[in-house]
Amino acid sequence: MELIGIWVAAMLTLCIYSFLYRDNPFYRFAEHLFVGISVGYGIVLTYHQGFKPFAWNPLQEAVTEQEWIGLVRLIPIGIGVLFFARLVPSQGWLIRYPIAILIGVGSGLAIPNVMRADIFEQVHGTLAPFAQIHAGELSRFQIFGVVLMLIGVISTLTYFFFSVEHRGVVGGVSKIGIVFLMIGFGSAFGNTVMGRVSLLIQRVDFLLHDWLHLI
Amino acid sequence: MIEKLMNIDRRIIFILVALAVIIPSLLEVNFPITVSQPTRSTYDYIEALPPGSTIMVGFNYGPSSLAELHPMAKAVIYHCFQKKIRVIGMTLLAEAATLGDNMLKDVAAEAGAVYGQDYAYLGFRPGATQVLLGMGTAIDSVFEADYAGTSLAEIPLMADITNYEQVDLVLDLASGSSTEWWITYTNTRYNQQIAAGVTGVIVSQMYPYLQTKQLVGLMPGLLGAAEYEKLIGMPAKGTEGMSIQSFAHLLVVGLVILGNIAFFIQRRQGE
Repeated sequence: MELIGIWVAAMLTLCIYSFLYRDNPFYRFAEHLFVGISVGYGIVLTYHQGFKPFAWNPLQEAVTEQEWIGLVRLIPIGIGVLFFARLVPSQGWLIRYPIAILIGVGSGLAIPNVMRADIFEQVHGTLAPFAQIHAGELSRFQIFGVVLMLIGVISTLTYFFFSVEHRGVVGGVSKIGIVFLMIGFGSAFGNTVMGRVSLLIQRVDFLLHDWLHLI
Repeated sequence: MIEKLMNIDRRIIFILVALAVIIPSLLEVNFPITVSQPTRSTYDYIEALPPGSTIMVGFNYGPSSLAELHPMAKAVIYHCFQKKIRVIGMTLLAEAATLGDNMLKDVAAEAGAVYGQDYAYLGFRPGATQVLLGMGTAIDSVFEADYAGTSLAEIPLMADITNYEQVDLVLDLASGSSTEWWITYTNTRYNQQIAAGVTGVIVSQMYPYLQTKQLVGLMPGLLGAAEYEKLIGMPAKGTEGMSIQSFAHLLVVGLVILGNIAFFIQRRQGE
């Protein structure tokens, strides 16, 4: 059984890599198979790990054990069912209610936490090392890093500040910001290359080791 | 000549990249690995935890990122089992549910860890934000049973674990935005310590969180796996992969330099 699995995986790997030559039926077969299996797997798992424990089981228990308080679950389930109102064109407007609740709750949960995690903490992280410089806790190299980071933050933010024309001092600072952005993009590109090559290495290892037994 | 170089058939580059990976794989070359500070910080944090501590591992990656994150998961979980640190696995992605289960079982079999005592796997629940916030109050309000359907009340490991207060570290192994969710909802709200092992594609986005100490450690892709394997003295797939990776990187660097030289020569000729 395991041998069949290895052969199927090897054939599908080759089907997918055949796209590098040109689009072809083998590639499309493997692609459609992947999409179909992913969706089927996702639906089954979401049913067993989401719908059953959170919706079906509590309702069933409420009815069979006559714990009527469990029927309160009908409220969120009913709101969720309204998502399907879109399937009936004349009742499509009902979908606005679950969307409104979803956006309202999502925003309420996200805004304060995102503000703290991504803005306040980051501003604090940029400025806090200056207190350490003042206290004489950092080496010269670390001080250089702290100053460089502040220059990077200010110049990059200036680049994205479009309310003032980028001329003179503002233009000069925003050009420094471009340099920092380019370094950032270069770092992201380098890491992406590493990630993509890792995927190829794993597939080559599978083909040479598990399938062909060459290594 | 320059014209030809600029219009080279991309399939030739694909063949070169394939050769740069296949030949070193067959030759089984090995390069030394230098450990970076972010990976060492993760290792040091786990190493400093006393036996009996608890780590929650989020397997938030699908099969497409398995190559980068599976070796890392294996190394860290093996380290935890060696140190008698308890591991609770879970995922926020449906497609990762089986991957996490298999990984924990494989490493546990290798390290002699026992299900229910040394580790447990909770599986997947939909609604990432609600899951992360819900576990802050009570883990069993989100996962009333483990992945196999056993009630959490029947799992000895979970007896003294109610919420994040009993979890010493969350390690998120991610190929998407899940690390940002953990930071936003778990670190910010519950002050939970978080480390991350992420794919190369998203690692650049994670460094600001490392600098602000919202992450206690960060492992970048296959390199992170190789570094961690070196730290625990157990070279495996990460170490092998990084040696091969160096050849592919040399080729890419060479092609980038060649492409730039050809571009500038062509531009000068145009002027």
